[in-house]
Amino acid sequence: MTAGERRLLIQRVAFSTLGLATALTVLPIILIVGVIAWKGMPALAPSFLFEAPRDGLRAGGIWPALVGTVYLTVGTGLIAVPVGLAAAIYLSEYARETFFTRAIRIAIINLAGIPSVVYGLFGLALFVLFLKLGTSIVAASLTLSIMTLPVIISTAEEALRAVPQSFRLVSQGMGGTKWQTIRRIVLPQALPGILTGVILGLERAAGETAPILFTGAALFLPQLPRSIFDETMALPYHLFVISTQVPGMPVKVQFGTALVLLVFVLSMNVLATFIRSYHRRRRQW
Amino acid sequence: MARTRHPLEAAIESIVRLSGWSAIVFVALISLFLLKEGLPAFGEVPLASLFGTRWYPIEGFYALGPLIWGSLVVTVGAALFAVPLGVGAAMFIAEVAPRWLREVLKPLVEILAGLPSVVLGFLGIVVLVPAIRETLGLATGLTALTGSLLLAGMALPTIVSVAEDALDAVPSAYKIGSLALGASRWQTLWRVTLPAARTGVLTAIMLGVGRAIGETMAVMMVTGNAPVVLFGPHALVSPVRTMTATVAAEMGEVARGSVHYHVLFTVGLVLFVISFVVNVLASIVLLKRRAAAGRMLS
Repeated sequence: MTAGERRLLIQRVAFSTLGLATALTVLPIILIVGVIAWKGMPALAPSFLFEAPRDGLRAGGIWPALVGTVYLTVGTGLIAVPVGLAAAIYLSEYARETFFTRAIRIAIINLAGIPSVVYGLFGLALFVLFLKLGTSIVAASLTLSIMTLPVIISTAEEALRAVPQSFRLVSQGMGGTKWQTIRRIVLPQALPGILTGVILGLERAAGETAPILFTGAALFLPQLPRSIFDETMALPYHLFVISTQVPGMPVKVQFGTALVLLVFVLSMNVLATFIRSYHRRRRQW
Repeated sequence: MARTRHPLEAAIESIVRLSGWSAIVFVALISLFLLKEGLPAFGEVPLASLFGTRWYPIEGFYALGPLIWGSLVVTVGAALFAVPLGVGAAMFIAEVAPRWLREVLKPLVEILAGLPSVVLGFLGIVVLVPAIRETLGLATGLTALTGSLLLAGMALPTIVSVAEDALDAVPSAYKIGSLALGASRWQTLWRVTLPAARTGVLTAIMLGVGRAIGETMAVMMVTGNAPVVLFGPHALVSPVRTMTATVAAEMGEVARGSVHYHVLFTVGLVLFVISFVVNVLASIVLLKRRAAAGRMLS
Protein backbone atom coordinates (compact mmCIF):
# COMPACT_ATOMS: atom_id res chain seq x y z
CA MET A 1 0.00 0.00 0.00
CA THR A 2 1.45 3.34 -0.99
CA ALA A 3 1.49 6.31 1.35
CA GLY A 4 -1.23 7.92 -0.73
CA GLU A 5 -3.48 4.87 -0.50
CA ARG A 6 -2.91 4.70 3.23
CA ARG A 7 -3.80 8.33 3.64
CA LEU A 8 -6.98 7.81 1.69
CA LEU A 9 -7.88 4.79 3.82
CA ILE A 10 -7.37 6.77 7.02
CA GLN A 11 -9.52 9.54 5.62
CA ARG A 12 -12.25 7.10 4.71
CA VAL A 13 -12.25 5.54 8.20
CA ALA A 14 -12.23 8.98 9.86
CA PHE A 15 -15.06 10.35 7.74
CA SER A 16 -17.13 7.23 8.34
CA THR A 17 -16.65 7.63 12.09
CA LEU A 18 -17.83 11.23 11.88
CA GLY A 19 -20.77 10.10 9.78
CA LEU A 20 -21.61 7.51 12.41
CA ALA A 21 -21.53 10.17 15.15
CA THR A 22 -23.89 12.28 13.06
CA ALA A 23 -26.22 9.34 12.50
CA LEU A 24 -26.26 8.59 16.24
CA THR A 25 -27.19 12.21 16.84
CA VAL A 26 -29.85 12.52 14.19
CA LEU A 27 -31.51 9.08 14.09
CA PRO A 28 -32.85 9.26 17.67
CA ILE A 29 -34.53 12.56 16.75
CA ILE A 30 -36.35 10.94 13.84
CA LEU A 31 -37.17 7.98 16.06
CA ILE A 32 -38.54 10.17 18.87
CA VAL A 33 -40.81 12.13 16.56
CA GLY A 34 -41.83 8.96 14.73
CA VAL A 35 -42.72 6.96 17.83
CA ILE A 36 -44.76 9.78 19.34
CA ALA A 37 -46.61 10.40 16.07
CA TRP A 38 -47.28 6.67 15.58
CA LYS A 39 -48.47 5.93 19.11
CA GLY A 40 -50.19 9.25 19.72
CA MET A 41 -52.23 9.34 16.52
CA PRO A 42 -54.93 6.87 17.68
CA ALA A 43 -55.76 9.12 20.65
CA LEU A 44 -56.42 12.14 18.49
CA ALA A 45 -60.15 12.61 18.22
CA PRO A 46 -62.13 15.84 18.45
CA SER A 47 -63.32 14.78 21.90
CA PHE A 48 -59.72 14.36 23.05
CA LEU A 49 -58.84 17.88 21.97
CA PHE A 50 -62.00 19.67 23.05
CA GLU A 51 -63.05 18.00 26.31
CA ALA A 52 -61.81 18.42 29.86
CA PRO A 53 -60.08 15.47 31.57
CA ARG A 54 -62.28 13.09 33.56
CA ASP A 55 -61.84 10.19 36.02
CA GLY A 56 -58.76 11.57 37.78
CA LEU A 57 -57.22 12.64 34.44
CA ARG A 58 -57.42 9.08 33.08
CA ALA A 59 -60.15 9.78 30.53
CA GLY A 60 -61.56 12.71 28.61
CA GLY A 61 -59.44 15.25 26.82
CA ILE A 62 -56.86 17.96 27.21
CA TRP A 63 -58.80 21.13 26.27
CA PRO A 64 -58.05 23.15 29.45
CA ALA A 65 -54.34 22.32 29.19
CA LEU A 66 -54.23 23.21 25.50
CA VAL A 67 -56.00 26.53 26.07
CA GLY A 68 -53.79 27.22 29.08
CA THR A 69 -50.64 26.75 27.03
CA VAL A 70 -52.00 29.15 24.40
CA TYR A 71 -52.73 31.72 27.16
CA LEU A 72 -49.25 31.36 28.61
CA THR A 73 -47.57 31.58 25.22
CA VAL A 74 -49.55 34.67 24.22
CA GLY A 75 -48.98 36.24 27.65
CA THR A 76 -45.26 35.61 27.36
CA GLY A 77 -45.22 37.13 23.89
CA LEU A 78 -47.12 40.25 25.02
CA ILE A 79 -44.47 40.94 27.64
CA ALA A 80 -41.27 39.64 26.06
CA VAL A 81 -41.69 40.91 22.50
CA PRO A 82 -41.95 44.67 23.18
CA VAL A 83 -39.17 44.65 25.77
CA GLY A 84 -36.95 42.31 23.75
CA LEU A 85 -37.44 44.20 20.52
CA ALA A 86 -36.74 47.56 22.18
CA ALA A 87 -33.61 46.13 23.77
CA ALA A 88 -32.47 44.81 20.39
CA ILE A 89 -33.09 48.21 18.77
CA TYR A 90 -31.03 49.81 21.52
CA LEU A 91 -28.12 47.42 21.05
CA SER A 92 -28.16 47.57 17.27
CA GLU A 93 -29.09 51.21 16.54
CA TYR A 94 -28.29 53.38 19.58
CA ALA A 95 -25.63 51.81 21.77
CA ARG A 96 -21.97 52.46 21.21
CA GLU A 97 -19.50 49.71 22.07
CA THR A 98 -18.69 50.64 25.64
CA PHE A 99 -17.94 48.71 28.77
CA PHE A 100 -21.63 49.06 29.58
CA THR A 101 -22.93 47.46 26.38
CA ARG A 102 -20.47 44.66 26.97
CA ALA A 103 -22.03 44.16 30.38
CA ILE A 104 -25.48 44.05 28.76
CA ARG A 105 -24.31 41.34 26.37
CA ILE A 106 -22.81 39.28 29.16
CA ALA A 107 -26.08 39.66 31.10
CA ILE A 108 -28.04 38.43 28.07
CA ILE A 109 -25.85 35.36 27.66
CA ASN A 110 -26.23 34.75 31.37
CA LEU A 111 -30.00 34.95 31.26
CA ALA A 112 -29.94 32.41 28.45
CA GLY A 113 -27.96 29.97 30.58
CA ILE A 114 -29.86 30.15 33.85
CA PRO A 115 -31.54 26.79 34.58
CA SER A 116 -35.28 26.85 33.98
CA VAL A 117 -36.05 25.69 37.52
CA VAL A 118 -34.13 28.68 38.87
CA TYR A 119 -36.46 30.91 36.84
CA GLY A 120 -39.26 29.09 38.61
CA LEU A 121 -37.78 29.92 42.01
CA PHE A 122 -37.25 33.53 40.99
CA GLY A 123 -40.81 33.85 39.70
CA LEU A 124 -42.12 32.37 42.93
CA ALA A 125 -40.09 34.77 45.08
CA LEU A 126 -40.65 37.95 43.05
CA PHE A 127 -43.97 37.68 41.22
CA VAL A 128 -46.00 35.21 43.28
CA LEU A 129 -44.93 36.22 46.80
CA PHE A 130 -43.23 39.64 46.78
CA LEU A 131 -45.53 41.32 44.24
CA LYS A 132 -48.44 39.22 45.54
CA LEU A 133 -49.65 38.15 42.09
CA GLY A 134 -50.31 34.67 43.45
CA THR A 135 -49.89 31.54 41.36
CA SER A 136 -51.49 32.91 38.24
CA ILE A 137 -51.29 33.26 34.48
CA VAL A 138 -49.65 36.68 34.93
CA ALA A 139 -46.97 35.40 37.28
CA ALA A 140 -46.21 32.41 35.03
CA SER A 141 -46.16 34.56 31.87
CA LEU A 142 -43.83 37.10 33.49
CA THR A 143 -41.49 34.30 34.56
CA LEU A 144 -41.53 32.72 31.10
CA SER A 145 -41.01 36.06 29.39
CA ILE A 146 -37.80 36.82 31.29
CA MET A 147 -36.57 33.39 30.26
CA THR A 148 -37.52 34.09 26.63
CA LEU A 149 -36.02 37.58 26.54
CA PRO A 150 -32.41 36.61 25.69
CA VAL A 151 -33.50 34.59 22.65
CA ILE A 152 -35.65 37.44 21.32
CA ILE A 153 -33.05 40.14 21.98
CA SER A 154 -30.18 38.31 20.36
CA THR A 155 -32.00 37.09 17.26
CA ALA A 156 -33.72 40.47 16.74
CA GLU A 157 -30.42 42.29 17.12
CA GLU A 158 -28.83 40.00 14.57
CA ALA A 159 -31.71 40.68 12.15
CA LEU A 160 -31.45 44.46 12.64
CA ARG A 161 -27.70 44.45 12.13
CA ALA A 162 -28.09 42.49 8.91
CA VAL A 163 -29.91 45.45 7.30
CA PRO A 164 -27.24 47.20 5.18
CA GLN A 165 -25.85 50.44 6.59
CA SER A 166 -26.49 52.18 3.26
CA PHE A 167 -30.27 51.92 3.82
CA ARG A 168 -29.92 53.98 6.99
CA LEU A 169 -27.62 56.51 5.36
CA VAL A 170 -29.98 57.08 2.44
CA SER A 171 -32.95 57.58 4.74
CA GLN A 172 -31.12 60.02 6.95
CA GLY A 173 -29.61 61.74 3.94
CA MET A 174 -33.13 62.46 2.75
CA GLY A 175 -33.93 64.14 6.04
CA GLY A 176 -35.39 61.23 7.97
CA THR A 177 -34.80 61.32 11.70
CA LYS A 178 -33.21 58.42 13.48
CA TRP A 179 -36.52 57.00 14.72
CA GLN A 180 -38.21 57.51 11.32
CA THR A 181 -35.35 55.58 9.77
CA ILE A 182 -35.67 52.76 12.26
CA ARG A 183 -39.46 52.55 12.02
CA ARG A 184 -39.93 52.97 8.26
CA ILE A 185 -36.74 51.43 6.89
CA VAL A 186 -34.82 49.21 9.30
CA LEU A 187 -37.67 47.48 11.13
CA PRO A 188 -39.64 46.44 8.02
CA GLN A 189 -36.48 45.08 6.43
CA ALA A 190 -35.58 43.13 9.56
CA LEU A 191 -39.13 41.95 10.27
CA PRO A 192 -38.81 38.36 8.99
CA GLY A 193 -35.65 37.81 11.01
CA ILE A 194 -37.28 39.30 14.09
CA LEU A 195 -40.38 37.13 13.64
CA THR A 196 -38.20 34.03 13.38
CA GLY A 197 -36.53 34.88 16.67
CA VAL A 198 -39.82 35.66 18.39
CA ILE A 199 -41.35 32.37 17.30
CA LEU A 200 -38.29 30.36 18.36
CA GLY A 201 -38.35 32.08 21.75
CA LEU A 202 -42.06 31.44 22.27
CA GLU A 203 -41.62 27.85 21.13
CA ARG A 204 -39.29 27.31 24.04
CA ALA A 205 -41.68 29.04 26.45
CA ALA A 206 -44.59 26.90 25.27
CA GLY A 207 -42.74 23.67 26.05
CA GLU A 208 -41.31 24.64 29.43
CA THR A 209 -42.53 23.09 32.65
CA ALA A 210 -40.09 23.97 35.42
CA PRO A 211 -40.65 27.78 35.36
CA ILE A 212 -44.42 27.41 35.72
CA LEU A 213 -44.37 24.62 38.34
CA PHE A 214 -44.65 27.03 41.27
CA THR A 215 -45.82 30.17 39.47
CA GLY A 216 -49.12 29.28 37.81
CA ALA A 217 -49.58 25.70 36.67
CA ALA A 218 -52.54 23.79 38.08
CA LEU A 219 -52.82 20.03 38.34
CA PHE A 220 -56.46 19.99 37.34
CA LEU A 221 -59.12 22.63 36.78
CA PRO A 222 -62.66 21.68 35.87
CA GLN A 223 -63.16 24.91 33.91
CA LEU A 224 -61.04 27.38 31.98
CA PRO A 225 -59.37 30.22 33.89
CA ARG A 226 -61.61 33.30 34.06
CA SER A 227 -58.99 35.98 34.56
CA ILE A 228 -55.26 36.43 34.26
CA PHE A 229 -55.03 36.12 38.03
CA ASP A 230 -56.28 32.52 37.94
CA GLU A 231 -54.11 29.44 37.79
CA THR A 232 -54.18 27.48 34.57
CA MET A 233 -53.50 23.99 33.32
CA ALA A 234 -50.72 23.71 30.75
CA LEU A 235 -49.79 20.99 28.28
CA PRO A 236 -46.19 20.34 29.39
CA TYR A 237 -47.15 20.22 33.07
CA HIS A 238 -50.14 18.04 32.22
CA LEU A 239 -47.87 15.58 30.39
CA PHE A 240 -45.54 15.55 33.41
CA VAL A 241 -48.44 14.86 35.77
CA ILE A 242 -50.02 12.08 33.74
CA SER A 243 -46.72 10.33 33.12
CA THR A 244 -45.46 10.38 36.71
CA GLN A 245 -48.22 11.14 39.20
CA VAL A 246 -51.26 9.17 38.04
CA PRO A 247 -51.15 5.40 38.61
CA GLY A 248 -52.88 3.31 35.96
CA MET A 249 -52.73 6.06 33.36
CA PRO A 250 -53.65 4.76 29.87
CA VAL A 251 -50.56 4.93 27.64
CA LYS A 252 -52.70 6.06 24.73
CA VAL A 253 -53.69 9.27 26.51
CA GLN A 254 -50.08 9.93 27.45
CA PHE A 255 -48.86 9.54 23.89
CA GLY A 256 -51.78 11.60 22.60
CA THR A 257 -50.88 14.45 24.95
CA ALA A 258 -47.19 14.20 24.01
CA LEU A 259 -48.14 14.33 20.33
CA VAL A 260 -50.31 17.43 20.73
CA LEU A 261 -47.52 19.19 22.63
CA LEU A 262 -45.01 18.13 20.01
CA VAL A 263 -47.20 19.36 17.16
CA PHE A 264 -47.81 22.65 18.97
CA VAL A 265 -44.09 23.25 19.47
CA LEU A 266 -42.78 21.84 16.19
CA SER A 267 -45.30 23.74 14.07
CA MET A 268 -43.86 26.92 15.54
CA ASN A 269 -40.41 25.62 14.64
CA VAL A 270 -41.49 24.86 11.08
CA LEU A 271 -43.15 28.26 10.76
CA ALA A 272 -39.92 29.97 11.85
CA THR A 273 -37.84 27.93 9.39
CA PHE A 274 -40.31 28.72 6.62
CA ILE A 275 -40.30 32.47 7.26
CA ARG A 276 -36.51 32.45 7.30
CA SER A 277 -36.01 30.56 4.07
CA TYR A 278 -38.85 32.38 2.26
CA HIS A 279 -37.37 35.70 3.20
CA ARG A 280 -33.84 34.66 2.28
CA ARG A 281 -35.00 33.79 -1.21
CA ARG A 282 -36.86 37.07 -1.72
CA ARG A 283 -34.34 39.40 -0.14
CA GLN A 284 -32.80 41.87 -2.57
CA TRP A 285 -29.67 42.72 -0.62
CA MET B 1 -27.74 75.76 12.86
CA ALA B 2 -27.59 73.28 15.69
CA ARG B 3 -30.03 70.42 15.21
CA THR B 4 -32.64 70.39 17.92
CA ARG B 5 -33.91 66.98 18.80
CA HIS B 6 -37.58 66.26 18.50
CA PRO B 7 -39.11 65.33 21.86
CA LEU B 8 -40.52 62.11 20.37
CA GLU B 9 -37.04 61.08 19.30
CA ALA B 10 -35.67 61.67 22.78
CA ALA B 11 -38.57 59.85 24.44
CA ILE B 12 -38.13 56.83 22.21
CA GLU B 13 -34.42 56.75 22.78
CA SER B 14 -34.91 56.65 26.53
CA ILE B 15 -37.54 53.90 26.35
CA VAL B 16 -35.30 51.86 24.12
CA ARG B 17 -32.27 52.43 26.35
CA LEU B 18 -34.26 51.39 29.41
CA SER B 19 -35.23 48.13 27.72
CA GLY B 20 -31.61 47.62 26.78
CA TRP B 21 -30.69 47.74 30.43
CA SER B 22 -33.44 45.26 31.35
CA ALA B 23 -31.14 42.27 30.90
CA ILE B 24 -28.79 43.59 33.57
CA VAL B 25 -31.73 44.49 35.81
CA PHE B 26 -33.14 40.97 35.55
CA VAL B 27 -29.84 39.25 36.29
CA ALA B 28 -29.49 41.54 39.31
CA LEU B 29 -33.08 40.85 40.43
CA ILE B 30 -32.63 37.10 40.08
CA SER B 31 -29.48 37.06 42.18
CA LEU B 32 -31.05 39.42 44.71
CA PHE B 33 -34.15 37.29 45.24
CA LEU B 34 -32.21 34.02 45.35
CA LEU B 35 -29.96 35.55 48.01
CA LYS B 36 -32.91 37.00 49.92
CA GLU B 37 -34.67 33.63 50.13
CA GLY B 38 -31.62 31.36 50.16
CA LEU B 39 -29.20 32.98 52.59
CA PRO B 40 -31.41 32.56 55.70
CA ALA B 41 -30.80 28.81 55.38
CA PHE B 42 -27.23 29.31 56.53
CA GLY B 43 -28.56 30.70 59.80
CA GLU B 44 -31.31 28.14 60.25
CA VAL B 45 -29.53 24.93 59.41
CA PRO B 46 -26.36 23.94 61.27
CA LEU B 47 -23.41 23.98 58.90
CA ALA B 48 -22.66 20.39 59.88
CA SER B 49 -26.03 19.45 58.38
CA LEU B 50 -25.63 21.56 55.21
CA PHE B 51 -22.24 20.02 54.54
CA GLY B 52 -23.15 16.56 55.78
CA THR B 53 -24.03 13.53 53.70
CA ARG B 54 -27.79 13.09 54.17
CA TRP B 55 -30.70 14.84 52.44
CA TYR B 56 -33.73 13.96 54.49
CA PRO B 57 -35.77 17.14 55.02
CA ILE B 58 -38.46 15.53 57.18
CA GLU B 59 -35.89 14.86 59.89
CA GLY B 60 -33.99 18.08 59.31
CA PHE B 61 -31.08 16.71 57.30
CA TYR B 62 -30.28 19.18 54.53
CA ALA B 63 -26.94 18.15 53.06
CA LEU B 64 -26.19 19.81 49.74
CA GLY B 65 -23.37 17.37 48.98
CA PRO B 66 -25.48 14.42 47.77
CA LEU B 67 -27.47 16.71 45.43
CA ILE B 68 -24.36 18.33 43.97
CA TRP B 69 -22.83 14.88 43.61
CA GLY B 70 -25.98 13.62 41.87
CA SER B 71 -25.92 16.50 39.40
CA LEU B 72 -22.22 15.88 38.81
CA VAL B 73 -22.62 12.14 38.10
CA VAL B 74 -25.50 12.68 35.69
CA THR B 75 -23.76 15.58 33.94
CA VAL B 76 -20.42 13.80 33.54
CA GLY B 77 -22.31 10.80 32.17
CA ALA B 78 -24.10 13.06 29.71
CA ALA B 79 -20.83 14.67 28.64
CA LEU B 80 -19.33 11.24 27.92
CA PHE B 81 -22.05 10.68 25.33
CA ALA B 82 -22.67 14.19 24.09
CA VAL B 83 -19.14 15.53 23.62
CA PRO B 84 -17.77 12.96 21.17
CA LEU B 85 -21.08 12.69 19.31
CA GLY B 86 -21.64 16.43 19.21
CA VAL B 87 -18.16 17.43 18.12
CA GLY B 88 -18.08 14.57 15.61
CA ALA B 89 -21.43 15.59 14.17
CA ALA B 90 -20.32 19.23 14.02
CA MET B 91 -17.17 18.23 12.12
CA PHE B 92 -19.21 16.11 9.74
CA ILE B 93 -21.82 18.80 9.11
CA ALA B 94 -19.28 21.61 8.73
CA GLU B 95 -16.59 19.93 6.67
CA VAL B 96 -17.59 16.53 5.29
CA ALA B 97 -21.29 16.52 4.37
CA PRO B 98 -22.27 17.72 0.90
CA ARG B 99 -24.34 20.88 0.79
CA TRP B 100 -27.74 19.17 0.40
CA LEU B 101 -27.12 16.86 3.35
CA ARG B 102 -26.10 19.86 5.44
CA GLU B 103 -29.40 21.53 4.64
CA VAL B 104 -31.21 18.42 5.91
CA LEU B 105 -29.11 17.83 9.03
CA LYS B 106 -29.13 21.34 10.46
CA PRO B 107 -32.94 21.66 10.77
CA LEU B 108 -33.08 18.14 12.26
CA VAL B 109 -30.70 19.16 15.02
CA GLU B 110 -32.83 22.27 15.56
CA ILE B 111 -35.85 20.02 16.08
CA LEU B 112 -33.99 18.30 18.91
CA ALA B 113 -33.29 21.71 20.43
CA GLY B 114 -36.99 22.50 20.30
CA LEU B 115 -38.22 19.27 21.93
CA PRO B 116 -39.72 20.09 25.34
CA SER B 117 -37.83 18.30 28.08
CA VAL B 118 -41.04 16.74 29.45
CA VAL B 119 -41.51 14.99 26.12
CA LEU B 120 -38.02 13.52 26.38
CA GLY B 121 -38.68 12.62 30.00
CA PHE B 122 -41.96 10.90 29.08
CA LEU B 123 -40.28 8.85 26.35
CA GLY B 124 -37.51 8.11 28.81
CA ILE B 125 -40.04 6.61 31.20
CA VAL B 126 -41.90 4.49 28.66
CA VAL B 127 -38.99 3.43 26.43
CA LEU B 128 -35.56 3.98 27.98
CA VAL B 129 -36.25 3.00 31.60
CA PRO B 130 -37.56 -0.52 30.82
CA ALA B 131 -34.89 -1.03 28.17
CA ILE B 132 -32.09 -0.18 30.59
CA ARG B 133 -33.56 -2.31 33.36
CA GLU B 134 -33.74 -5.34 31.10
CA THR B 135 -30.49 -5.03 29.16
CA LEU B 136 -28.41 -4.35 32.27
CA GLY B 137 -30.39 -6.67 34.54
CA LEU B 138 -31.04 -4.00 37.16
CA ALA B 139 -33.68 -3.76 39.88
CA THR B 140 -34.83 -0.44 38.46
CA GLY B 141 -34.28 1.44 35.22
CA LEU B 142 -34.51 4.78 37.01
CA THR B 143 -30.78 5.40 37.10
CA ALA B 144 -28.17 8.10 36.63
CA LEU B 145 -27.33 6.50 33.28
CA THR B 146 -30.91 6.95 32.06
CA GLY B 147 -30.74 10.60 33.05
CA SER B 148 -27.36 10.97 31.36
CA LEU B 149 -28.69 9.61 28.08
CA LEU B 150 -31.60 12.09 28.06
CA LEU B 151 -29.33 14.95 29.12
CA ALA B 152 -26.95 14.08 26.31
CA GLY B 153 -29.89 14.61 23.98
CA MET B 154 -30.55 18.02 25.51
CA ALA B 155 -26.89 19.07 25.36
CA LEU B 156 -26.26 17.82 21.80
CA PRO B 157 -28.02 20.58 19.82
CA THR B 158 -26.06 23.30 21.64
CA ILE B 159 -22.76 21.50 21.17
CA VAL B 160 -23.41 20.73 17.49
CA SER B 161 -24.56 24.20 16.47
CA VAL B 162 -21.97 26.24 18.39
CA ALA B 163 -19.09 23.93 17.39
CA GLU B 164 -20.28 23.85 13.80
CA ASP B 165 -20.30 27.65 13.76
CA ALA B 166 -16.77 27.73 15.13
CA LEU B 167 -15.51 25.29 12.48
CA ASP B 168 -17.32 27.22 9.79
CA ALA B 169 -15.70 30.48 10.91
CA VAL B 170 -12.15 29.21 10.31
CA PRO B 171 -10.85 31.28 7.38
CA SER B 172 -10.95 29.25 4.19
CA ALA B 173 -7.42 30.42 3.42
CA TYR B 174 -6.21 28.04 6.16
CA LYS B 175 -7.96 25.10 4.55
CA ILE B 176 -6.99 25.99 1.01
CA GLY B 177 -3.39 26.51 2.10
CA SER B 178 -3.31 23.13 3.80
CA LEU B 179 -4.84 21.35 0.81
CA ALA B 180 -2.45 23.11 -1.55
CA LEU B 181 0.49 21.80 0.49
CA GLY B 182 -0.75 18.30 -0.29
CA ALA B 183 -2.62 17.45 2.90
CA SER B 184 -5.72 15.29 2.54
CA ARG B 185 -9.14 16.65 3.52
CA TRP B 186 -9.03 14.66 6.75
CA GLN B 187 -5.52 15.87 7.62
CA THR B 188 -6.69 19.43 6.97
CA LEU B 189 -9.73 18.99 9.19
CA TRP B 190 -7.85 17.27 12.00
CA ARG B 191 -4.61 19.25 12.02
CA VAL B 192 -5.66 22.68 10.75
CA THR B 193 -9.39 23.42 10.99
CA LEU B 194 -10.12 21.76 14.34
CA PRO B 195 -7.11 23.29 16.17
CA ALA B 196 -7.95 26.69 14.68
CA ALA B 197 -11.50 26.43 15.98
CA ARG B 198 -10.55 24.96 19.36
CA THR B 199 -11.72 27.85 21.56
CA GLY B 200 -15.09 27.85 19.85
CA VAL B 201 -15.39 24.08 20.16
CA LEU B 202 -14.47 24.22 23.85
CA THR B 203 -17.07 26.93 24.36
CA ALA B 204 -19.63 24.71 22.67
CA ILE B 205 -18.80 21.88 25.05
CA MET B 206 -18.99 24.19 28.04
CA LEU B 207 -22.36 25.63 27.04
CA GLY B 208 -23.78 22.18 26.28
CA VAL B 209 -22.60 20.72 29.57
CA GLY B 210 -23.74 23.86 31.38
CA ARG B 211 -27.20 23.37 29.92
CA ALA B 212 -27.15 19.74 31.08
CA ILE B 213 -26.46 20.69 34.71
CA GLY B 214 -29.50 22.96 34.72
CA GLU B 215 -31.90 20.60 32.99
CA THR B 216 -34.80 19.73 35.25
CA MET B 217 -37.87 17.87 34.05
CA ALA B 218 -36.37 15.03 32.04
CA VAL B 219 -33.87 14.30 34.78
CA MET B 220 -36.46 14.39 37.52
CA MET B 221 -38.63 11.93 35.62
CA VAL B 222 -36.03 9.20 35.02
CA THR B 223 -33.34 9.26 37.70
CA GLY B 224 -35.29 7.81 40.63
CA ASN B 225 -34.46 10.72 42.94
CA ALA B 226 -32.63 8.78 45.65
CA PRO B 227 -30.43 11.14 47.66
CA VAL B 228 -27.57 8.73 48.25
CA VAL B 229 -23.90 9.18 47.55
CA LEU B 230 -22.39 6.24 45.71
CA PHE B 231 -18.85 6.24 44.42
CA GLY B 232 -17.40 4.08 41.71
CA PRO B 233 -18.82 2.94 38.39
CA HIS B 234 -22.04 1.48 39.84
CA ALA B 235 -23.08 5.03 40.76
CA LEU B 236 -24.07 5.37 37.10
CA VAL B 237 -26.53 2.48 37.23
CA SER B 238 -28.14 3.46 40.52
CA PRO B 239 -30.83 6.05 41.23
CA VAL B 240 -29.58 9.55 41.99
CA ARG B 241 -31.12 12.89 42.86
CA THR B 242 -29.94 16.08 41.22
CA MET B 243 -30.16 19.65 42.48
CA THR B 244 -32.70 20.66 39.85
CA ALA B 245 -34.95 17.65 40.45
CA THR B 246 -34.92 18.27 44.20
CA VAL B 247 -36.06 21.85 43.80
CA ALA B 248 -38.73 20.97 41.27
CA ALA B 249 -40.07 18.02 43.22
CA GLU B 250 -40.10 19.52 46.72
CA MET B 251 -40.85 23.21 46.28
CA GLY B 252 -44.49 22.52 45.57
CA GLU B 253 -45.01 20.92 48.95
CA VAL B 254 -43.04 23.06 51.39
CA ALA B 255 -44.48 25.83 53.54
CA ARG B 256 -43.46 29.30 52.34
CA GLY B 257 -40.78 30.70 54.60
CA SER B 258 -39.91 27.38 56.26
CA VAL B 259 -36.38 26.06 56.67
CA HIS B 260 -36.92 23.58 53.87
CA TYR B 261 -38.12 26.42 51.61
CA HIS B 262 -34.98 28.45 52.30
CA VAL B 263 -32.69 25.47 51.68
CA LEU B 264 -34.33 24.84 48.31
CA PHE B 265 -33.52 28.46 47.40
CA THR B 266 -29.95 27.82 48.52
CA VAL B 267 -29.84 24.93 46.06
CA GLY B 268 -31.16 27.34 43.41
CA LEU B 269 -28.41 29.75 44.37
CA VAL B 270 -25.78 27.06 43.82
CA LEU B 271 -27.27 26.33 40.39
CA PHE B 272 -27.31 30.04 39.56
CA VAL B 273 -23.66 30.46 40.55
CA ILE B 274 -22.63 27.47 38.41
CA SER B 275 -24.49 28.77 35.36
CA PHE B 276 -23.13 32.27 35.99
CA VAL B 277 -19.51 31.07 35.98
CA VAL B 278 -19.99 28.83 32.94
CA ASN B 279 -21.73 31.57 30.95
CA VAL B 280 -19.42 34.44 31.84
CA LEU B 281 -16.45 32.33 30.76
CA ALA B 282 -18.24 31.31 27.57
CA SER B 283 -19.38 34.83 26.78
CA ILE B 284 -15.87 36.21 27.10
CA VAL B 285 -14.82 33.85 24.34
CA LEU B 286 -17.97 34.25 22.28
CA LEU B 287 -18.16 38.04 22.40
CA LYS B 288 -15.03 38.09 20.32
CA ARG B 289 -17.20 36.63 17.60
CA ARG B 290 -20.59 38.30 17.94
CA ALA B 291 -22.32 36.32 15.21
CA ALA B 292 -21.69 33.10 17.07
CA ALA B 293 -23.15 34.58 20.25
CA GLY B 294 -26.41 35.20 18.43
CA ARG B 295 -26.53 31.71 17.04
CA MET B 296 -25.84 30.18 20.39
CA LEU B 297 -28.89 31.78 21.94
CA SER B 298 -31.36 30.89 19.26
